[in-house]
Amino acid sequence: MLLELSQDDSGSTAEARRQIEICNACRYCEGYCSVFPAMTRQKMFSDGDITHLANLCHNCRGCYYACQYTEPHEFALNLPAALAEVRQESWERLVWPAPFSRLFHTHGVAIAGMLVAGISALFALIAALPESAGDGFYAHLSHNAMVAVFTPGFLLPLVAVAIGLYRYWRDVGAGPITLPDIGNAFASAATLRNLDGGQGQGCNFEREDRYTDLRRWFHQAVLYGFLACFAATSVATLMHYFLDWQAPYGLFTPPKLLGVPGGIALVIGTSGLVWLKMRADPKLGASRVWGGEVAFVLLLGLVAASGLALYAATGTFAVSSLLALHLGSVLALFLLLPYTKMVHGFFRIAALLAEEAKRKG
Amino acid sequence: MNRLEPPRHSWDVVVVGGGNAALCAALCAAEEGARVLVLEGAPKPYRGGNSRHTRNFRCKHEGPLSVLTGTYGEDEYFQDLMLVTKGKTDEDLARFTIRASEECLPWMEARGVRFQPSLSGTLSLSRTNAFFLGGGKALVNAYYNAAEDLGVSVRYEAQVSHIAVEADRFKHIEVSFSGGPVERISARAVVLASGGFQADREWLVSAWGPAARNFLIRGTPYNRGVVLRDMLDQGCESVGDPTQCHAVAIDGRAPQYDGGIVTRLDCVPFSVMVNRDAERFYDEGEDVWPKRYAIWGRLVAGQPDQVAYAIIDSTSLDLFMPSVFRPVVGQTIEELGEKLGLDPAKLAKTVGGFNAACKPGAFTPTELDGLSTEGLDPPKTNWARPVTEPPFYGYQLRPGVTFTYLGLKVDKTARVQTPSGALSNVWAAGEIMAGSILGQGYLAGFGMTIGTVFGRIAGHEAARHALNDREIADVA
Ligand SMILES: Cc1cc2nc3c(=O)[nH]c(=O)nc-3n(C[C@H](O)[C@H](O)[C@H](O)COP(=O)(O)OP(=O)(O)OC[C@H]3O[C@@H](n4cnc5c(N)ncnc54)[C@H](O)[C@@H]3O)c2cc1C
Ligand code: HEM
Ligand code: SF4
Ligand code: SF4
Repeated sequence: MLLELSQDDSGSTAEARRQIEICNACRYCEGYCSVFPAMTRQKMFSDGDITHLANLCHNCRGCYYACQYTEPHEFALNLPAALAEVRQESWERLVWPAPFSRLFHTHGVAIAGMLVAGISALFALIAALPESAGDGFYAHLSHNAMVAVFTPGFLLPLVAVAIGLYRYWRDVGAGPITLPDIGNAFASAATLRNLDGGQGQGCNFEREDRYTDLRRWFHQAVLYGFLACFAATSVATLMHYFLDWQAPYGLFTPPKLLGVPGGIALVIGTSGLVWLKMRADPKLGASRVWGGEVAFVLLLGLVAASGLALYAATGTFAVSSLLALHLGSVLALFLLLPYTKMVHGFFRIAALLAEEAKRKG
Repeated sequence: MNRLEPPRHSWDVVVVGGGNAALCAALCAAEEGARVLVLEGAPKPYRGGNSRHTRNFRCKHEGPLSVLTGTYGEDEYFQDLMLVTKGKTDEDLARFTIRASEECLPWMEARGVRFQPSLSGTLSLSRTNAFFLGGGKALVNAYYNAAEDLGVSVRYEAQVSHIAVEADRFKHIEVSFSGGPVERISARAVVLASGGFQADREWLVSAWGPAARNFLIRGTPYNRGVVLRDMLDQGCESVGDPTQCHAVAIDGRAPQYDGGIVTRLDCVPFSVMVNRDAERFYDEGEDVWPKRYAIWGRLVAGQPDQVAYAIIDSTSLDLFMPSVFRPVVGQTIEELGEKLGLDPAKLAKTVGGFNAACKPGAFTPTELDGLSTEGLDPPKTNWARPVTEPPFYGYQLRPGVTFTYLGLKVDKTARVQTPSGALSNVWAAGEIMAGSILGQGYLAGFGMTIGTVFGRIAGHEAARHALNDREIADVA
């Protein structure tokens, strides 16, 4: 039985396996999240099993503060950290090309560098192209020029992510999924069920062994804010091509009704998440990538804030530079999508789906 | 956390210990308006004594209650207790405890304790035992937070060495903080909730004999019975068998202390059990495991070097909960014996003899299947399947002490008793007085019930006494 499994004997996967075997003999934390019920399906854990559990873990930290075996106990349990490291490494290993992942996940400075590059590129583009005939910001950068930059800037990263997800599915050995599986997985993501402590009391992120639900609220502000902004852009694109209705749009148009509240939610959510992160203990996460994570959240916040600023500045001299700032940060965010924390959304959905498939046996 | 406010002379209630019983007492006392100081001997990461290793408490209930299914009435509960203690219980106190357990559950929830459905593999307990979400450490955390919110002062690494009693009154406590000099703290009332003495190796040896040197202690190294001995030395009445402790057979590779739940091994019914000399010594299949696990500690303690080995084959590996340590593996019985440090030839002979005594028949791991050996001494009377399918697996087992029985005698108000009557301002709760109810054996989840019931009573009574005292002093 032991010999049949593929098991890496050193490094973070081995450390996570050591801890999971302790948990599997204990199971006191069963009620916190999906990780523990998933764990009890087996006694021996392949590398793929560990990768799966790691991506299922939402880092709520309940199982750290409840554990009677945390340091200085010789069993040295810190499951949230062990799983965070495996999760992190799985993204870095599975998303193509791996060296990019390692660079950006770990180094906030690299993310900042990409941001500067993105903004500079947009400034240069705006400066180089002749003023176009369009209204509003299209006067500074034509619609066609934007499409030329952002279509590849959006699609190429998605290809990289898709490769990663394909490898993930193969590694964790998940079977076919059904429609109800998809429903359950998305419902779980929509409420971040695994971050609610199992009973809606919240997680143990920023107040140690006291529960709070702030992280979930701020995250969902980010998640829904982002989706709303994304929807705003998509709707605008459809309006542009199919209704021949061009920007700028007034406040009571679908793109603005989605984009403005979405942007505000994103700004609130990202600020909240950074604020919580300053209060939380980095040792219970993948501390190696703390800087990269903060840089990513700030970048996300900057995208939203610059978008709102651009709208507020409509008709003023600031539009040109705000446009470069906003589009530059959007470009950086997209290009870095596979290589920053942003990629977690894809892997987490995949993990929730894989768990639905595995749960049925 | 390390400020002592209000000034030391004006504490109403001092609580000795920092586990479940201590915290229940502290919370109740503080809720009554008393100024409470908790002295926990362990450093903060190890706060909570044995309570932080627990997973559930046993609760009477008439109809579904929180996570508990069905009903579990007073009489059935009491019968269960009679069965395990073989009658060694004070019926009056036991029934009183059982009745009081029901109101504990909502009380606990109101102070932040959360419950979860019974853990996988423990379905048989879903009606009788309420499991703590996250286990005992989460419960202890919830209580420390509730205590902090009530303004209770907590000092860690506060080793209490003496309770100064004059006539029938406690005057002050002697305590050393972080190994510093002994200090005196006086208070109007004291609650003793410092557990048993199982971590005092010398005491165990003098009670049990030299075999106790090889016992593992499943819980905290901080329960050394210092306060218990101090009170007994001062003439308080004792209850419970001083020579006995509750011991189960656990994985022999467990740490000396604090190995907790994960070192438990449930493989005995599916094993051939041998001692150091590779010989069988007891019927492994006498009864279902929940009814037998407690006697195996004693059985192993009776073997040379206090060690035993479970031998199974690959067909049985999935029949029990995994242990924290991986089994030793061998492709042959001889190889396994070699790796376990047993005489390989002798082990092969013992297992061979066992296999030859097995009869064909249906094997049903979940119930008594009557699949017995024939002509073997001692026999294996259930689940006797030959051990023939490689790879073979082995575990070393040693006795693991859960708790000791000797304690302070208390009455229904949790007041500590002397031959000449109760002390007027000393209460006891939890393991330090559990012998009053549990003279022998153990009923899963009853330790936390006793601690919660008597902790609450002790806290309440101590606070009432102290506040009364304070009023009298104010008038005078
Ligand atoms: C592995 C394991 C699992 C268990 N599981 C269960 C279960 O699921 N359900 C159940 O009901 N029971 C269980 N028990 C039994 C249960 O742990 C005890 O019955 C219960 O915890 C006793 O509570 P207590 O507050 O009296 O003692 P403890 O929780 O042990 O607290 C004693 C406290 O006193 C402190 N202390 C000791 N000496 C001093 C001193 N001199 N000065 C200051 N402080 C001192 C200690 O540091 C500690 O904080 C289990 C026991 C073990 C070992
Ligand atoms: C698809 C469903 C998603 C799920 C299930 C999910 C889940 C999680 C979880 C569990 C965390 C906390 C643990 C951790 O730091 O890894 C987290 C953090 C975060 N998520 Fe998501 N997420 C999703 C989508 C998104 C999206 C679309 C965005 C924004 C575009 C987003 C932005 C963030 C941010 C900013 C953080 C905080 C990072 C930090 O503190 O370092 N998430 N997410
Ligand atoms: S984290 Fe600790 S308490 Fe929770 S299941 Fe694992 S070993 Fe048990
Ligand atoms: S950190 Fe939270 S989500 Fe992750 S395994 Fe522990 S309890 Fe589950």
